[in-house]
Amino acid sequence: MPPDRASDPPRTTGALLPLRKPDAAPQETRLGDVDEWGRSERVRTIIRQAFGPLYRHWFRVEWEGLHKIPASGGALLVANHAGAIPVDAPVIMHGIEEELGRPVYGLADFLFRSLPFGGTLWARGGGVAAHPDNAYRLLHHQQQLVLVFPEGTKGTGKLYSDRYRLRRFGRGGFVEIAMRAGVPIVPITVLGSEEAMPVLARSTRLGRMLGLPYVPLTANMLLFGPLLGLVAYLPAKFKVRVLEPVYLDVPPDQERYPRSRVLDAAEEIRLRMQDSLFDMLRRRRSAWRG
Amino acid sequence: MSVGRRMLITGLSSFWGGRLAQEFERDPGVEVVVGMDSRPPVVALGRTEFVRADETYSILSRLVRATQVDTIVHAGLIVDSSSQSARVLHEHNVIGTMNLLASAAAEDSRVTTVVVKSSTLVYGSARRDPTWFAEDSRRTSPARTPVERSLLEAEELIEAFVEENPGVRAAVLRCANVLGEDLVTALSRALCGPVTPVVAGFDPQLQFVEQEDVIRAIRFVVARGLEGVFNVAGDGRLPWSEIRAMAGHFPLPLSPVLTGLAVLPLSRLGLLRLAPETLELLRFGRGVDNTKLKHAGFRYNFTTAGAVRHFVEARRVGRVAGDRPAYRYESDVEAFFRHSPAVVVPPA
Repeated sequence: MPPDRASDPPRTTGALLPLRKPDAAPQETRLGDVDEWGRSERVRTIIRQAFGPLYRHWFRVEWEGLHKIPASGGALLVANHAGAIPVDAPVIMHGIEEELGRPVYGLADFLFRSLPFGGTLWARGGGVAAHPDNAYRLLHHQQQLVLVFPEGTKGTGKLYSDRYRLRRFGRGGFVEIAMRAGVPIVPITVLGSEEAMPVLARSTRLGRMLGLPYVPLTANMLLFGPLLGLVAYLPAKFKVRVLEPVYLDVPPDQERYPRSRVLDAAEEIRLRMQDSLFDMLRRRRSAWRG
Repeated sequence: MSVGRRMLITGLSSFWGGRLAQEFERDPGVEVVVGMDSRPPVVALGRTEFVRADETYSILSRLVRATQVDTIVHAGLIVDSSSQSARVLHEHNVIGTMNLLASAAAEDSRVTTVVVKSSTLVYGSARRDPTWFAEDSRRTSPARTPVERSLLEAEELIEAFVEENPGVRAAVLRCANVLGEDLVTALSRALCGPVTPVVAGFDPQLQFVEQEDVIRAIRFVVARGLEGVFNVAGDGRLPWSEIRAMAGHFPLPLSPVLTGLAVLPLSRLGLLRLAPETLELLRFGRGVDNTKLKHAGFRYNFTTAGAVRHFVEARRVGRVAGDRPAYRYESDVEAFFRHSPAVVVPPA
């Protein structure tokens, strides 16, 4: 909105004068507080209040190196992803928002957008469809924190026997976005999401029929039934470690970046995260007590 | 010889054609305004010459040759499919545009500027969409509805025309959903009724542009002689629930699965007129990046929120005071005022 209409360029005032008197009242009086990404601080606060007890008493989330997340400016947070219906995203978002007071936008598969009710709640709670343009705009124009799981559904669909073994990091798209946006990548490793909802088996064929990436069979479903098992997580102890931010030494806003450079950086980050996960596992005495 | 513009406006009898003709009539830099449509105009016009044509504009090449127009504003693309059949859409949007461009590219044509009012429908509305479409973004889903297909085809024709005629400046304005007190669109109808249709469980973000901003944008592009594709849309997006709350209506929830089937009986009974592309829009929404036109120097008077509020306020007045009387075109009267020696024309 033009803040002051008198400041329109003079060349337009002759021929292109608006016909009706533009209304003088501010146009920004809104009934809701949903931003362009669909996020609502009001809904986000309700979610935080509801998730808080779970975060503190059920998952007993413990952070390490939270100060490494930039207090201002954009950054791409990259984490490992696990558990059929992953709870790691809300855990990371909740923790950072509570501790740093900064909003976190979680990128996720487009799948969410076609879910009635759940998809709307997901967007109001800070979820954004993982489109490169969306990520670039959030990081570069708006200097926000953006959380992405480069493993995608390959991470959440992996079996319990493969736990804490990182899958392929897509095609390194996340590195390219960070390069273009000129923001650091902050790797985060999470322990606990694998045990909170262990995947015993999965069917991609059944999933394809339902339009889902996979249909999992989880230990939770066996224990609590097929419906309650979707939301009843086991009380695994969550440990989250923030690794040193990676500053990509390339000029931002380039048309394209050398493929090898992108893939090398992605692989390097993946190896560092894998090392960190093994290190955290080495120190962990129990999956439930930490 | 005068240096004033000689303009041809297609779709004169649509809201857009009429309003644009009114605007260009007032512009002293425009010497001649010729308007063409298959139906008589719906707004009062001064010096615009109305030519009745068939819907595919087959007389266009004769008209362009005879009037020696240098600027064509193609405002006749149909973007609201709820009132037209697929065949009419194709004839009008595709064949009409084809004839228009052919006449503009003819050897003896003097056309130097072509401005086309298209729609952001060409981007579609799907779950894979980015939050904001730029002019060079590709749509993420195939076009399934007749109106989207016809608009895409029309834009392809324009692209080819631009390649073949480097001497002609061509601009395409893709307008977001327009709201305005005089304009009836699929979404404005949805906001006027006692209940507003919503797809249950979805709360898409929509973007609007005020009708006068569209008129100003078209005049801006004509005056500046801009070329290329431009999105025309107000700043920001609003959730449909908030728009509905601003209009003060109750929601009419439609089933999120098999929505088209659920709507069918309602539309058969005439209770609801929702095109398939509108249903998709009410599911996924759409946003377009309007910075390209702003960087060219254009200033919007209304944001999306401002346009919605302006529309809602105008509707309130309309409900109390009644709508403005409709204009009726009388060819004898118009001919008299234009051509009779008895009419005294005040000096400009």
